[in-house]
Amino acid sequence: MIEFKNISKYYPPDCAALKDISFRIEPKEFVSVVGRSGAGKTTLLKLLLKEEDPSEGEIFVDKKNIKDLKGKEVSIYRRKIGAIFQDFKLLSNKTTYENIAFAMEAGGKSDEEIIADVPQILNLVELTDKADNFPAQLSGGEKQRVAIGRALVHKPDILMADEPTGNLDPLHTWDIIRLLCRINELGTTVILATHNREIVNALGKRVISLDRGRLIRDEEKGRYIV
Amino acid sequence: MWTSFKRIIKWGLTNFWRNGWLSTATVSIMVLTLLVITVLLMVNVTANAVLGNLENKIDISVYFKLQTPEEKILQVKSELEKLVEVEIINYVSQEEALIKFKEKHKDNPILLQSLGELDVNPLEASLNIKAKQANQYASINQFLEGVYYQDVIDKVNYMQNKEIIQKLSKIILDVKTGGLGLTLLLAIIVFLVTFNAIRLAIYSSREEISVMRLVGASNWFIRGPFLVEGVLYGIIATIITIAVLYPIFYFLSPKISSFLPVGDIFVYFRANLLAFLIILLGTGIILGGFSSFIAVRKYLKT
Repeated sequence: MIEFKNISKYYPPDCAALKDISFRIEPKEFVSVVGRSGAGKTTLLKLLLKEEDPSEGEIFVDKKNIKDLKGKEVSIYRRKIGAIFQDFKLLSNKTTYENIAFAMEAGGKSDEEIIADVPQILNLVELTDKADNFPAQLSGGEKQRVAIGRALVHKPDILMADEPTGNLDPLHTWDIIRLLCRINELGTTVILATHNREIVNALGKRVISLDRGRLIRDEEKGRYIV
Repeated sequence: MWTSFKRIIKWGLTNFWRNGWLSTATVSIMVLTLLVITVLLMVNVTANAVLGNLENKIDISVYFKLQTPEEKILQVKSELEKLVEVEIINYVSQEEALIKFKEKHKDNPILLQSLGELDVNPLEASLNIKAKQANQYASINQFLEGVYYQDVIDKVNYMQNKEIIQKLSKIILDVKTGGLGLTLLLAIIVFLVTFNAIRLAIYSSREEISVMRLVGASNWFIRGPFLVEGVLYGIIATIITIAVLYPIFYFLSPKISSFLPVGDIFVYFRANLLAFLIILLGTGIILGGFSSFIAVRKYLKT
């Protein structure tokens, strides 16, 4: 479903963030992308989300080269990928409910669908009682759950998580990881970028290891070894 | 389409309300802009009234020799009327001049008596000429000095008033160009200030904008609420401006009228309230909307 073909990304003047990366991810897989800070994890996810274009190589999603997407197609493509981040990226002047509803509105969903779906999602991420709180009134773990809820509104095929637990304490970290596993079991491909050794080793799923922009290991039931 | 529109309006209003302080600050700056613009308009109107009043007081008179036949004078009049510079000409016949003279000096019996002792009317017939603009009297005078009229014209009082007319017309021209320059300068300054205030307001939302893009919102869905906010700034600022100026003009107007030869400013303001409203509303909405549009565009580039 996702294929990276000989991807390289250079930032001027001479910084190579990714060098000749190739891999495939099948539907419903749970893949961890690991590596130290600066190994290229975030760049890889940015390329997948088409926030940036690769300097060399091609990325196919559902057999479609995402380089060819233009304007409106990009917004539609992004709705297929739910994304969560270390810094949550919530809309700070919107409540929990509105943050999730906004994503649906942006996707052109009808008011009826929004009224029906948002409570279900809030229930899934266990935030029903915080629906009217603004992000500033939520804990880190709660914020990340809002972000996950928002990522799920379009029933995405892929959920992409960039260091989702980087700002969280261990307790909340495991909350989030459990939630990701559950979402994966419900049929969504999950790509988790992290440098948390403990999590990766406990998951026992596929691991892609990056080091200084190169893919150094790609193993089923892998471990964090860098 | 309609749903999107409704949502854009909804978010625009919500954001305006939730960004209370930012909205207040931006609206205040816009109120200042609109105040400056209104005051400039009023000053221009007042200055034009004063200058027009001054210009109206200037004219020149052509006096004809006593024995000049009336048809000759009327012929000169119709010749003069062909000049583009001439606004209006008043013919004062010898008899009319006499009546006016008597009226003017009716409290001076000695003068009237000595006038009665004369057999003939000693007053000359005259043409009273008003030019369209103060600086055109010189050319009218030049026309009259043409050889053709020398045998009937006794004198033109332009020569006596020449200096004062020239001075006045220079002042009028200076005030007009200076005023226009100053108006433009001030208008540009307040426009830039407002433009930048709105840009700063949106700068504080740049994170939000990038998040909205990430969530898959289309450019118009992101831009829309900001445009609504910008337009709202304009509408509210207009209402405040009018509400502030109304009492100010009401109290100030009698004071201004008492030392400037102009009509009641408040009456003028009230009579043209609709026009002011439209001008301010137009300025506010366009300024707000345009500034928002430009400011958001920067963060929407892919």
